[in-house]
Amino acid sequence: MTQLTMAKAINEGLRRAMADDDKVLVMGEDIGKLGGVFRITDGLLDQFGAQRVIDTPLAEAGIMGTAVGLAFRGYRPVVEIQFDGFVYPAFDQIVCQVAKLHYRTRGNVKMPITIRIPWAGGVGAAEHHSESPEAYFVHTSGLRVIAVSNPQDAYVMLRQAIASDDPVVYFEPKRLYHAKGEVDLDVQLADAPPMGLARVAREGSDVTLLTYGSQVLTALDAATAAEDDGVSIEVIDLRSISPVDYRTVTASVRKTGRVVVTHEAAREAGVGAELIASVTERCFNYLEAAPQRVTGHDIPYPPAKLEKHHLPDLDRILDAVDRVMDRPNSLSGVLD
Amino acid sequence: MTMTHTLTPPADLATDIEDVARLLTPDGERVADPELDRWVADVDAATLRGLYRDMVLLRRIDTEGVALQRQGQLGLWPPCQGQEATQIGTVRAMRADDFAFPSYRETGVVYARGGKPADFVLAWRGEEHSTYNPYDINTATQQIIIGAQALHAVGYAMGVQRDGTDQVSVAYFGDGASSQGDVNEAMVFASSFRAPVVFVCTNNQWAISEPVTVQAKFPIAGRAPGFGIPSMRVDGNDVLACFAAMRWALDNARRGNGPAFIEAVTYRMGPHTTSDDPTRYRDKEEVEKWRRRDPIARVEALLRSRGEFDGAFVASVEADADALAASVREAAMTARTRDPLTVLDNVYAEPHSGLAEQRERFGAYLDGFAPAAEGV
Ligand SMILES: Cc1ncc(C[n+]2csc(CCOP(=O)(O)OP(=O)(O)O)c2C)c(N)n1
Repeated sequence: MTQLTMAKAINEGLRRAMADDDKVLVMGEDIGKLGGVFRITDGLLDQFGAQRVIDTPLAEAGIMGTAVGLAFRGYRPVVEIQFDGFVYPAFDQIVCQVAKLHYRTRGNVKMPITIRIPWAGGVGAAEHHSESPEAYFVHTSGLRVIAVSNPQDAYVMLRQAIASDDPVVYFEPKRLYHAKGEVDLDVQLADAPPMGLARVAREGSDVTLLTYGSQVLTALDAATAAEDDGVSIEVIDLRSISPVDYRTVTASVRKTGRVVVTHEAAREAGVGAELIASVTERCFNYLEAAPQRVTGHDIPYPPAKLEKHHLPDLDRILDAVDRVMDRPNSLSGVLD
Repeated sequence: MTMTHTLTPPADLATDIEDVARLLTPDGERVADPELDRWVADVDAATLRGLYRDMVLLRRIDTEGVALQRQGQLGLWPPCQGQEATQIGTVRAMRADDFAFPSYRETGVVYARGGKPADFVLAWRGEEHSTYNPYDINTATQQIIIGAQALHAVGYAMGVQRDGTDQVSVAYFGDGASSQGDVNEAMVFASSFRAPVVFVCTNNQWAISEPVTVQAKFPIAGRAPGFGIPSMRVDGNDVLACFAAMRWALDNARRGNGPAFIEAVTYRMGPHTTSDDPTRYRDKEEVEKWRRRDPIARVEALLRSRGEFDGAFVASVEADADALAASVREAAMTARTRDPLTVLDNVYAEPHSGLAEQRERFGAYLDGFAPAAEGV
């Protein structure tokens, strides 16, 4: 076990995946000499050379489309999208090609592409640098969607994503890049839990708080705060948002009877909506209150100085906990 | 007439920076250029001094922006030092009723189109996405998504065509952007529809850490003719050449001949943004080589050699620069962050019931903190 930041854990994950399999390539803008704008690919060019660490032209559709061709040819590209908001030019290639080729070719062509996306807000960035586009990808069949929240998961799941024969959209919360944690770098992938098993990040008995990625630490803080108020919150870190590990989720909901979902992304047709619909289908008779969502507003990501009013914080989560607990809350008497 | 300056691949690929049209040598000597000369025949000392003043003021805004970022007043700043001639030379050839579509680094375009001190800093401070009303200064919000604005400029030009005026729209983008689909699609549309648009590609040699050779093996100006668009490759540190080339391109568009493309070969002296560390990818000698081609020093040398750079002029430019810098600083220091509920403003032009409900709920939530806030 070693103490690593999430950024370094991902860097190690790439390094070891490349060392183990010479079909693994990394490609993207500025990932060579610069080591990527977040230095996630630091040192890889020196170790593996320009044939495997490809500084690409500035063209996301080009990067993604050529990754498709490389995958056709048997390579396993790991693509870095520089920031969440720059994935859209590549969107057509991802949803029409990457996601569908296995299906279209009746399984003959594999698309083992990992799409790494530094993701979400809370770091005071400029416009287009703090987006949460995960729902678009979750809505696209053929893609697996991962959102990590700690260095160990980041390391293991990146390696699993690269090893997977399916395309994986892999979200890295940039506000947690410098968060440190214990990482077992020598973990055997065969022994690790399969990619995307949800994790009970904190046990509790009154409310199930479902979240992923960037919001996990906030959710844990909320659970700690709620404890002082006599409410016991179970926090579930989904880790995979497509597919969702509903076994873990429903076991928790059947125990607590109350559900709150939190994510940074906007609310309308977001991942929270899907989670609540699925939980309601599976656990209707166990529910003691209407499930609640705590999300970003349905707005374009605001300027940095206002982002704290957009991102769900501890207080907004606790307010929703009060709603499912039928305690006084901000909506008492406001809306029916 | 095709003003194509170069179509053949140069010996040194896209890095052959001497293969450019030029009117001022790095020493500030006026040289002739058969294609460009006629576009500056009327340029007198007063005009030259005006260009000089603009470049100095732009550099001062830029220096102030970097300083404010270092002092924690701005979240980020994209320096444009070294690119003053490209920005000022091209934008000063435009008419007020033409329309510019700049990128994040085109501080000089916003300045010359009439940007106010707050317009330079409030967006980078994170207070607003856009401070100015684009229609007030006929300049679109500075674009961050690489290359997107090229298509907007073409569409705007198609609108101009339909309205039957002689305005021109101008797309500014970098050498990196020339790789994007959007920029290539923009050239297809512009050419197909003969849209009155000018593409100004600022080739500052780098797209963050990637040298221009990652984007282009031939001079970027050489691409446009393939789309049926005449192009020029000019010295981007020569304000007179940029001014002349832009006049040619604008005139071409105004007369109904359709698009034109200018590649201005220049250099980004500073980091990509204040978050970037250029020492990781480029060497000092390269930067020093370009420092000797400084666009402002070049005009100064010309004016001096003609006896038109007197003390009174220098003092007035300095005074203007000081005043502008002070007002930019003040705009940053006196900024007031908007109220929480304003995050929900302007998402839609018309009432939206879903957002109205969110506003009501969020308002009720915020009200819960009101007494506490009063106590502070
Ligand atoms: C679609 C998209 N991809 C990536 C980025 C990140 N990015 C911002 S600036 C930049 C380099 C741009 O280079 P260039 O077009 O040459 O313009 P310059 O910054 O040199 O003025 C990159 C990769 C972005 N803003 N938009």
